[in-house]
Amino acid sequence: MFDTAKDAFVAFEHVQKSYDGETLVVKDLNLQIGQGEFLTMLGPSGSGKTTCLMMLAGFETATHGEILLQGRPINNIPPHKRGIGMVFQNYALFPHMSVAENLAFPLEVRGMGKSEREAKIKRALDMVQMGDFGGRRPAQLSGGQQQRIALARALVFEPELVLMDEPLGALDKQLREHMQFEITNLAHQLGITTVYVTHDQTEALTMSDRVAVFDDGRIQQLDPPDVLYEQPQNSFVAQFIGENNTLTGVVTQISGERCLVKLDSGDEIDARPVNVSKVGDRTTVSIRPERVEMDKRRLSPDAHTLKGEVLEFIYMGDIFRTRLRVAGSDDFIIKTRNAPDQQRLTPGTQIEIGWLPDDCRALDA
Amino acid sequence: MTDTTTSGPMLSADGVPLKKSLARALRRQKLRALILIAPLLAFVVLTFVVPIGSMLFRSVENQIVSGTLPKTIEALETWEGEDGTLPDQEVFQALFFDMFRAAEAKEHTKLGSRLNYERTGFSSVFRTTGRSLDDIGEPFQDWLEDADPAFADGLTWYEMLSGTGGEDLIEDRRAIWANMVGEGFAGDIGFTLSGEMAELLPQTAAAYSDWAIYTAIVDGDVVAEEDPWETVYAALALDFARDGAVSALVAYSGAGAAPIANALAALPSLPEIDFRAAFVAENEGWGDTGNWQTLKIYSPDYTTGYFLNAIDMKKGLDGAMARPENQQIYVKLFIRTMIMSLIITGSCILLGYPVAWLLANLPVRSANVLMILVLLPFWTSLLVRTSAWKVLLQQQGVINNILVWLGFVDDTNRLILMNNSTGTIIAMTHILLPFMILPLYSVMKTIPPSYLRAAKSLGATNWTAFWRVYFPQSIPGIGAGSILVFILAIGYYITPEIVGGTDGVFISNRIAHHISSSLNWGLAAALGSILLVLVLALYWLYDRIVGIDNVKLGG
Ligand SMILES: Nc1ncnc2c1ncn2[C@@H]1O[C@H](COP(=O)(O)OP(=O)(O)OP(=O)(O)O)[C@@H](O)[C@H]1O
Ligand SMILES: [Mg+2]
Repeated sequence: MFDTAKDAFVAFEHVQKSYDGETLVVKDLNLQIGQGEFLTMLGPSGSGKTTCLMMLAGFETATHGEILLQGRPINNIPPHKRGIGMVFQNYALFPHMSVAENLAFPLEVRGMGKSEREAKIKRALDMVQMGDFGGRRPAQLSGGQQQRIALARALVFEPELVLMDEPLGALDKQLREHMQFEITNLAHQLGITTVYVTHDQTEALTMSDRVAVFDDGRIQQLDPPDVLYEQPQNSFVAQFIGENNTLTGVVTQISGERCLVKLDSGDEIDARPVNVSKVGDRTTVSIRPERVEMDKRRLSPDAHTLKGEVLEFIYMGDIFRTRLRVAGSDDFIIKTRNAPDQQRLTPGTQIEIGWLPDDCRALDA
Repeated sequence: MTDTTTSGPMLSADGVPLKKSLARALRRQKLRALILIAPLLAFVVLTFVVPIGSMLFRSVENQIVSGTLPKTIEALETWEGEDGTLPDQEVFQALFFDMFRAAEAKEHTKLGSRLNYERTGFSSVFRTTGRSLDDIGEPFQDWLEDADPAFADGLTWYEMLSGTGGEDLIEDRRAIWANMVGEGFAGDIGFTLSGEMAELLPQTAAAYSDWAIYTAIVDGDVVAEEDPWETVYAALALDFARDGAVSALVAYSGAGAAPIANALAALPSLPEIDFRAAFVAENEGWGDTGNWQTLKIYSPDYTTGYFLNAIDMKKGLDGAMARPENQQIYVKLFIRTMIMSLIITGSCILLGYPVAWLLANLPVRSANVLMILVLLPFWTSLLVRTSAWKVLLQQQGVINNILVWLGFVDDTNRLILMNNSTGTIIAMTHILLPFMILPLYSVMKTIPPSYLRAAKSLGATNWTAFWRVYFPQSIPGIGAGSILVFILAIGYYITPEIVGGTDGVFISNRIAHHISSSLNWGLAAALGSILLVLVLALYWLYDRIVGIDNVKLGG
């Protein structure tokens, strides 16, 4: 995407971080973020997301490696000179100041005049639709309102880069979805670069231009949401993003975009080799539940199929979720659309299932 | 569905009005809560409310004067005392009987000490006079016994004054005794006063009753078998000298008529009755109108005298006035106590704030060690700590030695760090520091570090972030610590006593002095009450300015 780290707006170059001198919390992080991009760091708890963000903001120093902002190394610039807006998980609104004073704070420390300040505060409050709340104390606001104020405060001094650490973690589902929409809108509208941290994968998928999946101190995959979902590069990403059926086996044949996998149960299936290179490799194949086909007519005549026994049928409104026993695995899931002609399977029924080879990815074991 | 639209009060499920059943439920809850706190409540009332109440009472109570010299005070009422004349004979007569009574019960010295607070030298007047009251009465006894030897026999007096109808007088005298000594004088005394005699010889009847009550109840003797006090003889002489007494007595024919007739016959040789001269002869103090003025000023049962004294004023015949310059100590002392407490509180804030900050922000392990260091002083006795300061602060002490050794101070010019207010401030700051650190720490502990980070990410320098964001949130801790330290400091006693010398003592040291040395408890109580009011006033002021909800001890 970028020729060199210097072209990127933000770049991490071989960054390592250790708190205790014994374990690396971040191991060799390389990441380039473009101007105006909305990048999300997604990963399980303890995978080092906050640490990365704190290094970028200047509250933690990298043990090794370099962080560049607009091509300039920032390792030695103190946090208050970096000009990076930040939204904290618990909002960190100053409880002893009113909303307007909170917003005025970054402007005052920059020595801005009163009238200019007031204009900016008003604009920022209007931007998050909180124009009437300037006189209130943070404690007098609901969670969602506090969230908006925190956002407005991070944006009021017009930073080019905004960092958000699980800003929506404390909100209920509906409000969260609403705020996801507002935050992305604002970010795109203002053209600011955003680094967003979450461990909610839906949030990551719906909001981001690109998602960096973190695990064990490394970026496991860095791609736009659709690629991430449809073409996971390894079994961790496949497991972590969305729901997945996994079967284990050994590669018996491999030719270009196709391979044959002999499952541990003895069945053979077609797959697309992603992380396997040669015959005899152990592999985990992954198939999305919605890509499993029960209608043989849709498959090519020579496609391999598996036998399955229906264990459970769950009605979920928009979709049906059917749990099967397939190739010795008791939790093979199929998702089907609730369409008028869709069959509702009853437990005990024996069916045959298959898939397009492209949807079945042979990943690392 | 039930119909909820009908008019009338809301009913609960069992048909009782909702308000009523709610009140019932709440009452039960309150009662349970009350039972739970009852032991504490009783403890607080016993150990706090009662002592403070009694202190407030003691600071105005003054019944000792009118209780000990009731008749003298009565007689003094008409004396103006402004033109330098002594009170008239009647007052001195009453004084004789009152003093005699008090001396027998050993109460006169207490009154002497009490009045000595108001006028130095008064206690010796009481003490010496108390020893020689017999001498004042003796001439009358001699005269009567010369007139008729029967007067030397206690039985003569008993028979002469026994009878019925004088019960009221006896009860009056009992009340006087009880007032003075402060305990019950009830019970049979084996003597009933004749009403006739009470009218014919009122003074004698009163004096004899006093004696009879004391003899029977305090000494436990039989009244008929004992000889009366000199007061009774003097009283008889006074009764004889009353206008119209002689003619009435001539007609008397009851018990003891014969000795009375003999005494009447000897009237020409009656010694001159001049109690004033007698008292002044015994002790010049009684000839001093200043003493009498003091007695009159402090005669009411309740007095503002102690409070006036506590603010360097005194009572005069016509209202309050300032004490002479060289006797004014308390106002200065109050002001000094307040200023030094403020300085101590300020130093505690300055020293305690960084420590509390470290405690709240260090990693748990080091914070625990530091916390132990902070609490360590609590594990050593206050006396030991203060004495340690003595060792440190002396002119030949550790601090001076180090300063001299480092060359900051000349050896001949060692700093005086002790026996003055510097010593008190240093030692008390150290001793009260934990009371500042702990509340500060517990408040700081609740301030998440993300606020500081947020401030810095918004562009604030370290200092601005601290001053604008962290510090305001720690003010409740400063408030709580300051109140704690200030209130502890203002009433502190041991440390100023040990390292304060004369310049570094607090008002509490004066209070302690009055309680244990000068025994002027009334003044001590007044000083204590003023201190209490001062603290409450400051608390109120603090609430007005800072707001008491701005005080947090944690959470
Ligand atoms: N100040 C610190 N001192 C020592 N270890 C730390 C510190 N902060 C974080 N860690 C460790 O570093 C690792 C990564 O922490 P980090 O906060 O970056 O995780 P995260 O991905 O943000 O997790 P979460 O989703 O739970 O917020 C964790 O194992 C954590 O225990
Ligand atoms: Mg985190």
